[in-house]
Amino acid sequence: MTRNNTKLSERIFNGKNIVIAIPFIWLLILFLFPFLIVLKISFAEYIIAIPPFSSFFLWDDTFWPTIQASLYNYKFILEDSLYITAYLSSLKVAIISTMITLVIGYAIAYSIAKAPTRWRGILLMLVILPFWTSFLIRVYAWIGILKTEGLLNLFLLSTGIIDQPLTIMNTNLAVYIGIVYSYLPFMILPIYANIEKLDVSLIEAASDLGCRPFKAFWSITIPLSMPGILAGCFLVFIPAVGEFVIPDLLGGTETLMIGKVLWLEFFANRDWPLASAVAVILLALLILPIMYYQKMQEKTLT
Amino acid sequence: MNKFTKFNLASLIIGFSFLYIPIILLVIFSFNESRLVTVWAGFSTKWYTELFNNQSIKDATIVTAQVAFISSTIATILGTIAGIVITRFGRFKGRTLFSGMIYAPMVIPEVIIGLSLLLTFVALAINRGILTVTLAHITFSMCYVAVVVQSRMSSYDDSITEAALDLGCTPLKTFLVITLPIIMPAVISGWLLSFTLSLDDLVIASFTSGPGATTLPMKIYSMVRLGVTPEINAVSTILVGLVALGVVSAALINKYQISKQI
Repeated sequence: MTRNNTKLSERIFNGKNIVIAIPFIWLLILFLFPFLIVLKISFAEYIIAIPPFSSFFLWDDTFWPTIQASLYNYKFILEDSLYITAYLSSLKVAIISTMITLVIGYAIAYSIAKAPTRWRGILLMLVILPFWTSFLIRVYAWIGILKTEGLLNLFLLSTGIIDQPLTIMNTNLAVYIGIVYSYLPFMILPIYANIEKLDVSLIEAASDLGCRPFKAFWSITIPLSMPGILAGCFLVFIPAVGEFVIPDLLGGTETLMIGKVLWLEFFANRDWPLASAVAVILLALLILPIMYYQKMQEKTLT
Repeated sequence: MNKFTKFNLASLIIGFSFLYIPIILLVIFSFNESRLVTVWAGFSTKWYTELFNNQSIKDATIVTAQVAFISSTIATILGTIAGIVITRFGRFKGRTLFSGMIYAPMVIPEVIIGLSLLLTFVALAINRGILTVTLAHITFSMCYVAVVVQSRMSSYDDSITEAALDLGCTPLKTFLVITLPIIMPAVISGWLLSFTLSLDDLVIASFTSGPGATTLPMKIYSMVRLGVTPEINAVSTILVGLVALGVVSAALINKYQISKQI
């Protein structure tokens, strides 16, 4: 009997390692390894060839290759104000959009959590539904609304609210609208999950003791829903910094965002090493928020 | 019993109008007679006819369907395994790295993931095409599946699996007979999520695809760049309709299963 048991546990142990290895190795090859390649190519130089970069290792007659690393791309990025401005304005756009999304998202999440129980399921599904429909299509839908001869101006002109069409399309305002619209479900869901779990008796106790509803909300509900707020903000902020589709389709010449710069360096200029360096710096900027977000995820699960 | 307060009702109405009006307008104007998207000139289905005669859109649809079907199926298998590994396998070497690799792809900007995968395919000398897009989609979709499966795994009682193992059931059989049926709703929603993620993806596909492997979002994007036309509205309407149908039926199946359990 004991012999059988050890055999079994041995089998589980071996099987276990194989089971772990399958997704682990996949992610190592197609997620972690690619970043090392980006890092490597960011130290290469642009040459007219296929692929368009110089090799990292120089294989002479020696056994060990010589490493040819050039800091040219990083110097180029740091010296050209275009890139610095693009990074800063991406951060600015992402912060402002995250704040707007937070205010709107919190109001919706709070209202769903306080809705009659039988309504909650359907309301939550209505929040998730747009998240399942194509991002590209949802951004595209705003072009018809926001352009100068678009539906919003048509509506406002015909009702007499304005006499001159508003210029929203191809401005930063359009980018804010696009980001808030696209990422709203990411903000609502974690906040809702948090508010729903809140103990109502705390609010009741506060109001019994003479606290005004607004003060109770401000000093009890908000602090207690902080984990949801933070999760939502990270889920919006991090991807928004590197957003490409929204600034490309809704933004204009004044919109300079790093995701678009990277795209253009890669597809228009075919400068792969420079695009890689842009990506490395972007990742370096985002690594702290990403790690913080992961810590939070781990904590909520254990 | 809670009731809607004025503030709650107002924020729900405004919030949902904001979320849905753009999509509704998009659908309405796909039936517009006029080529101008913003001027209503009568009901017509001519843009749908035009769509069905457009060979490049048909080709792109076939590519997208293939990629989405294969990638979501493989991603579901890998993601389910990953979700189980995270919740049930305790500590093992590289666990932090593993969970990091599961969460990170969900927040890292798509341009970075796309660029890094493309450079990897070039380094490994894999020709870009349907295969590379599929590999890329598997990689980010499996992380979403893992998270969905993991939340289901952490909410059910592990003692039944232990009982089965104690009674001499093999780990594989325990998984197939006990664990899998319990987490099935999560696995199915993971598959649906991967399918729509793959269907939607523009940025990563643009980086990793090659000649002859234009996906539908890439095709739509190039049409949008040329200008807004009712034809794009028509193709968008079909996609939105399909997704809505899928999500609603998935929700109904889920509800049915839950009511059956009770």
